[in-house]
Amino acid sequence: MTEGDAVNGVNRDGSFAPVIAGSALGATAAPATPRNVPNRGGAPNESIEPMRQQFATAVRRVDVVWGETTVVVDPTRVHDVIRWLHDDPSQRYDYLSDVTAVEFRDLEQPLEVVWHLRSLPYRRFIRIKVLLERGAALEVPSVWDIYKGADWLERECYDMFGIKFAGHPDLRRLLMWEQYNEGFPLRKDFPLRGRFSRSEQLRQALAANPEARYSKEELSIADAFEDLPADMRRRLTTGERTGE
Amino acid sequence: MATTKRTVEVELSTTGLDAQGRPQRVPLAVDEGGNVLTMEAPLGIEPDLSGEHMLINLGPQHPATHGVLRLVLELDGETVVRCIPHVGYLHCGFEKIGEYRQYNQIIPWTDREDYLNSPGNNVAFALGAERLFGIDITERCTVLRVIACELSRIISHLVWLGTTCIDIGAFTPFLWAFQQREEVYEMLEMWIGARLTTSLTRVGGMGADIPDGFTEKLSAFVRGFPKVVDEIDRVITRNGIWVGRTVGLGVMSPEEAVNYGLSGPMVRASGVAYDVRKDFPYLDYETYDFDVPVGTNGDVYDRFLVRMEELRQSTRILDQALKRLPDGPVNVDDHRVILPPKSKATSDMESMIHHFKQVMEGPRPSTGECYVAVESPKGEKGYYMVSDGSSKPVRWRIRPPSFVNLSAIPRMVEGHLLSDVIAINASIDIVMGEIDR
Amino acid sequence: MGLSPRPDTRLIDTSSNEPWITTKLDAFVNWGRKNSLWPMPFGTACCAIEFMATAASKYDLARFGMERQAFSPRQADLLICAGRVPFKLAPVLRRIWQQMPQPKWCISMGACASTGGMFDNYAVVQGIDSIIPVDVYVPGCPPRPEGLLYGIMMLQKKVANERSGDPSLRNEMEPDPDTQLYIPPSVIDEVSEPFGNSIHQTRSGL
Repeated sequence: MTEGDAVNGVNRDGSFAPVIAGSALGATAAPATPRNVPNRGGAPNESIEPMRQQFATAVRRVDVVWGETTVVVDPTRVHDVIRWLHDDPSQRYDYLSDVTAVEFRDLEQPLEVVWHLRSLPYRRFIRIKVLLERGAALEVPSVWDIYKGADWLERECYDMFGIKFAGHPDLRRLLMWEQYNEGFPLRKDFPLRGRFSRSEQLRQALAANPEARYSKEELSIADAFEDLPADMRRRLTTGERTGE
Repeated sequence: MATTKRTVEVELSTTGLDAQGRPQRVPLAVDEGGNVLTMEAPLGIEPDLSGEHMLINLGPQHPATHGVLRLVLELDGETVVRCIPHVGYLHCGFEKIGEYRQYNQIIPWTDREDYLNSPGNNVAFALGAERLFGIDITERCTVLRVIACELSRIISHLVWLGTTCIDIGAFTPFLWAFQQREEVYEMLEMWIGARLTTSLTRVGGMGADIPDGFTEKLSAFVRGFPKVVDEIDRVITRNGIWVGRTVGLGVMSPEEAVNYGLSGPMVRASGVAYDVRKDFPYLDYETYDFDVPVGTNGDVYDRFLVRMEELRQSTRILDQALKRLPDGPVNVDDHRVILPPKSKATSDMESMIHHFKQVMEGPRPSTGECYVAVESPKGEKGYYMVSDGSSKPVRWRIRPPSFVNLSAIPRMVEGHLLSDVIAINASIDIVMGEIDR
Repeated sequence: MGLSPRPDTRLIDTSSNEPWITTKLDAFVNWGRKNSLWPMPFGTACCAIEFMATAASKYDLARFGMERQAFSPRQADLLICAGRVPFKLAPVLRRIWQQMPQPKWCISMGACASTGGMFDNYAVVQGIDSIIPVDVYVPGCPPRPEGLLYGIMMLQKKVANERSGDPSLRNEMEPDPDTQLYIPPSVIDEVSEPFGNSIHQTRSGL
């Protein structure tokens, strides 16, 4: 795609200007299935050198594990790093694959928030990580303003781990229901079968009104507001929208 | 003609009530014989509804939501002003349970997560686990896995085709599609013994080698299937109703599609040539000769065309894979992950101990993490696995393509009619098992 | 049903040529009911795909009087719950069951709907019989179409043997107003316990 004759992917005559993955690489060799990938070591991603120059101290560590480059970034600068990776014409990481978090069994280890980014034009893959130390606030900046696809991925991460994404427009539970009060299921201190007994879980689930709408915008035009628990009504009227 | 006037009570649910809340009375003109002539509506019985919005709840139990998706739609007349999707009605805690199972034990869960694409998920998970173990699979296993992936792409697209046809009003292609699915089911049953939830792979190989007669059956399928695709093509591609209900709906521009993280046929219909098989290849896909169909308009009709073409391309890949299928072992020769043969496990003490330890304690990969993405029928399906050196992963993350695709549904349906929501939702090809996990 | 051996000529005008039979009312009504069940597939997961395969051309559910599938609970008399039911879906399933008019029956299709199956975790109801009454359980993960058809035929046998004089049959069960549960909590806890020794399955790490 040439930049001149298309605006936002749409040609002047209304048809689409196609985006071709790998287009920025020219006619270099086609990618091949990786073989004999070493556990540690190997050449890091081409984006690492420019990133180190751009964000000298914010890049805390670079690992190459099974051929994939992992960059551990300062939590306060991660939004800038991802913004730069997305916008810089020599990087063009335009595709957000995944946002997730990892908690280790060893409770000394920090909780990790992981972003998987792809650069379609350059066929690159990078993993950005932020380490959240134990006891620190579980909060990282949202990348929703860069990638619209981050919306549900961040909401799910909040739902499962309780990590807050600052700047997300609508951060509330996604997979569990809003009144779910057992905790964050993917945390290691959460038992496999949940905290409550089966009958209590069933009782709480059946107490939920299947017609309840969960967000303030929806409730403003809906009639199920009265059916919500009192504490939730209070929180909704004060404008708070989280599921805790 | 002389007419007599009398009044009847009209009950128009809420709109025909007077100030006291009683039904309004409408004068009714009747001739001498008692036959109704005309009905004059009283002034003001039609309330002014412009600007009044209506809330429609679609799902979670609705035949056209392809599962337990719930959409809350705010309508102005029949136009969708706002769409708020609710998911999670099928959240079954796959990722949590993965932390409590050994690597080989997780494979049955991958069947049930995107249950239209079970063999493809098995392959994806095995590839990820093998990356963690540092295993390179055998030549024959690679080709068998390609066959499994493409067969599952075909059956997944066939379900999409059949259900979408029902949604839009054509029943016949559903029956044709399911007839072909039964053919594939029979092959999978020959191979591994299960129809739908196959658990086809193991870490380091396959659950079973293909049986006698499989290749003949597969080549007969490869010959016959394109004819069925052509037949469905003839019935719907130029059908007026089909075209009228799909063209111009839910358009996503290429930049938007990439920014929303769409993948698979969704992003390709929008004119983005991104296919994991071509761009980040696995299983030697770069050595197969196949084309990636790319749309030009990004609407529902283009997504349909892309999927139809993918059915043909998958058949091409199957044909090539059949021709190159080498002889040799299916499982790697690695005692860390592969069980000893059953005959030895019951007769030889060392093999029995090995078998016992293998099953009870499970193989342990080295510390590390990997993200392995494959091109599932829905898009880029990724498994992100983190190992701390124990026999069970610390984190098993599924990157669900239809989850991300579905998150763009408000952008796609807003401004369209209510009936188009069904067509747009069908075009995403959602599988709730994968979205909610 | 059967032809009456000796019609009483004083009661019935035998001069008519119209064919007639006598039968028990129950047998006649049940015969009609069992051969025209209107199933409502409550399909959530994998089992719904096998249900679709059962309804499609090869297995053809219509052979058993189920040509007309109801997608509205108000026009259905057989709920086929195909697939796992998480807690978030439990009130929805309960609501759908309550919306169905009597007479109604329920088939629990597959291991997950019947017992929770392999999903013994925080999210999944351990058997839908703790939410709604179930008539036939079909095992399998997912059951083959033949399995589902066998379950349907079992239900048809059950329908054929119902007695309209039995007052307990058509009773709508009312859940406990406080807990909304049909069965005591202790029973739910007991039947939801995992079967056998499954320590390894709940131990992370190792």
